[in-house]
Amino acid sequence: MAKVIMTADDSTSIRQMVSFTLNQAGYDVIEAEDGLDAADKLAGIHVDMLLTDLNMPNKNGLELIEWVRSMPRFKFMPIIMLTTEAETEMKQKGKAAGATGWIVKPFKPEQLLALVKRILR
Amino acid sequence: MNESNRFIEEFCHEAEELLSGVEDAVLDIEENPGDQEAVNRLFRAMHTIKGSGSMFGFDAIAEFSHHVETAMDKVRNGTVPVTKTLIDLILVSRDRITAMLAEANGDGPPADPREGEKIIASLKALLSSHGAAAPDENPPKETPEQASEPAKPVQQNQAVYRIRFSPDPDIFFTGMDPVILLYDLADMGECSVVAQTEKVPDLENLSPESCYLFWDIILTTAKRINAVKDVFVFVEDKCKIDIKTVEEEVITSEQMPGPRLGDILVERGDIDRKTLDKQFGTRKKIGERLVESGALSKEKIKSALNEQTVVSKMHKSAAASTVRVPSDRLDKLINLVGELVINQARLTQVASNREDTDLGESVEEIERLTGELRDSVLNIRMMPIGTTFNKFRRLVRDLSSQLNKEIELVTHGAETELDKTVLERLDDPLIHLIRNSLDHGVEPPGLRELKGKPAKGTIILSARHKGTNVVITIQDDGAGLNVDTIRQKAVEKGLIPENAELSDKKIFAQIFAPGFSTAKEVTSISGRGVGMDVVKRTIESLRGRIDIDSVPGEGTKITLILPLTLAIINGLLVSIDDDFFVLPLMSVEECVEIKSKEIEMINGRNILNVRGDMVPYIRLRDRFHMGNRRPEKEHIVITDVNDSRIGFVVDHVIGGHQTVIKPLGPAFKNIKDISGATILGDGTVALILDTNVLLESA
Repeated sequence: MAKVIMTADDSTSIRQMVSFTLNQAGYDVIEAEDGLDAADKLAGIHVDMLLTDLNMPNKNGLELIEWVRSMPRFKFMPIIMLTTEAETEMKQKGKAAGATGWIVKPFKPEQLLALVKRILR
Repeated sequence: MNESNRFIEEFCHEAEELLSGVEDAVLDIEENPGDQEAVNRLFRAMHTIKGSGSMFGFDAIAEFSHHVETAMDKVRNGTVPVTKTLIDLILVSRDRITAMLAEANGDGPPADPREGEKIIASLKALLSSHGAAAPDENPPKETPEQASEPAKPVQQNQAVYRIRFSPDPDIFFTGMDPVILLYDLADMGECSVVAQTEKVPDLENLSPESCYLFWDIILTTAKRINAVKDVFVFVEDKCKIDIKTVEEEVITSEQMPGPRLGDILVERGDIDRKTLDKQFGTRKKIGERLVESGALSKEKIKSALNEQTVVSKMHKSAAASTVRVPSDRLDKLINLVGELVINQARLTQVASNREDTDLGESVEEIERLTGELRDSVLNIRMMPIGTTFNKFRRLVRDLSSQLNKEIELVTHGAETELDKTVLERLDDPLIHLIRNSLDHGVEPPGLRELKGKPAKGTIILSARHKGTNVVITIQDDGAGLNVDTIRQKAVEKGLIPENAELSDKKIFAQIFAPGFSTAKEVTSISGRGVGMDVVKRTIESLRGRIDIDSVPGEGTKITLILPLTLAIINGLLVSIDDDFFVLPLMSVEECVEIKSKEIEMINGRNILNVRGDMVPYIRLRDRFHMGNRRPEKEHIVITDVNDSRIGFVVDHVIGGHQTVIKPLGPAFKNIKDISGATILGDGTVALILDTNVLLESA
């Protein structure tokens, strides 16, 4: 069964690019437009991995990560943050909140795919 | 429209929306400077434009919005207050981005870069006037840390890294599986991993959600240390990661094949030199000592041993450039070494007759050197049997599909080395034996399942060293040999008397008889009844032995025992009168002294009672018509030839002898029971006996 990956990002273009890249590689992708949307959608489904932006309206990435980690069934789920170079501090906070790793924007589709494949092997 | 165009369009669309949002937010802030939410919105908008812009190739836009974003971040933190100047600047910036977008889309005039620079300069001025550090001239060019290595295969020397990876016990709560990292390392090159279990607590204290293990990894890779470090980038701040390059000096220090275990352990910091030194002075291996004394865990030693192996291998391969040499030159060299060995033996004998210690010493030294030279020269012709094994993989695959069987070939000991000349002649017999296993041995899948065996049959091909011999086995998990069928057939063919009482092994040995085949049908693969006898003859011509063992329903195992080389064999030197003979030591079981009278008593039947076992014997003196001057005491060398014990009566047993084999020459080609000759130390010629032929003529 195909692995399910959620991408949470307030940028439609990034979401689309992530979905397209991962769909092409045979993953199922669920899109969420912000932290709150992601939390709502996560409530009812199984997800193998979460890719989340950090700066989002409603519930930001950090809050989302903290919330996800507090759910017993997502205790061990890999979470990858999409960050920009300026956010070293955010990266640290994200790690403290329980993120598995990060990928720095801008990234190429191949880089994203390599990372996802690595973590979900 | 291709995909990337679609994304670009989507990005432009999105950016336009964001920019109109910027306008609203700015106006909100102007109205109410304390509106934190609006500031956040502004920051996010710039952030998204920057992130997505750089993603889809709008680098100018990304760079520009980076400066605005930085400014907004300061506002958000309260470092920079909201002023009219700031708001004006943001509005100008927004228009600037809109213009850049239009330009990129091709539906606007080219945006003037100087205008952008002016805005950036004003932003910076504003920030610095408020004591905030000016943003960087340029956003640092990002090298994505976890990006895959650049795909240029730099021809680089391999390096050995010693890595100790001790994950944070809570690593699982970050969604990271440490095994992923081990796999990543394994992908980079040759990698050996030893899990260290010493921190695992007792079961009652063990939390299943914690990671107690840590790993020692020895990685040989062409990648640089930074690439190795990058593997751990996600976990580096919480986990202990120790990566060291195993130093070149360690590798080349001293004239040893590799570093010493103790040195490795000290360098790793597992043990201090003092504790280590205490353990020396015993004959035991240092690793065993350390484990026994409780100084170190078994795993620690194991991982250090791994490192030693890898480094030694590096060391070897560093010098392992190859030279191709025509094999006749090698043969000549081997011949010369053979002569040298003979002459050295002669020299030793001559020297021992003169009581000259100076001469004796140097002769001893020459003896040692000759031995070493002989071994290294013979080593040149040694080749791993693996290449031969690989050929069979294909053979098994093709034949099993042809026979509609499912068979897997498992090989062990592919690295076992054998003389090239032996190896070359081994191909055909091995092919024949494997074909037999495929065709007669392993049953069709349906039948196998009926018998409760896995549908897929297995043939195990293995090679290993045993003394100066190489043992090759072909084992299948098929039906096994049918003793009754073979017996019946052998009786039909007149190979054994009808009422003969024979062990199963003896009956199995009948399949080596010429023209023997139990297959009811002749298939294209086997069953013509030529083969097993040829196999046996080939193996024997290589001075080897073939053994067969089978359990009905469980399978058949055929064992080939071959000498390492054909040039020099281990022989047993014996004498009759003043003539010397060599028996291949491989087949010798024991030597028994016997009084002439005892022989007399049971003469006529030529059978000797050895501890209750009746052993037939051949008196070589009679066989070679060497007269009748038998000594009081004779010796019987009992050999195991084709699973029958047979004794050879000689006058004296002299002892083991490294026998350099010399062919007898064409004049003697019809003499079957002598397979060659050798020259002894004093120049005497000794004949090498072919025990198989002697047995047949008995």
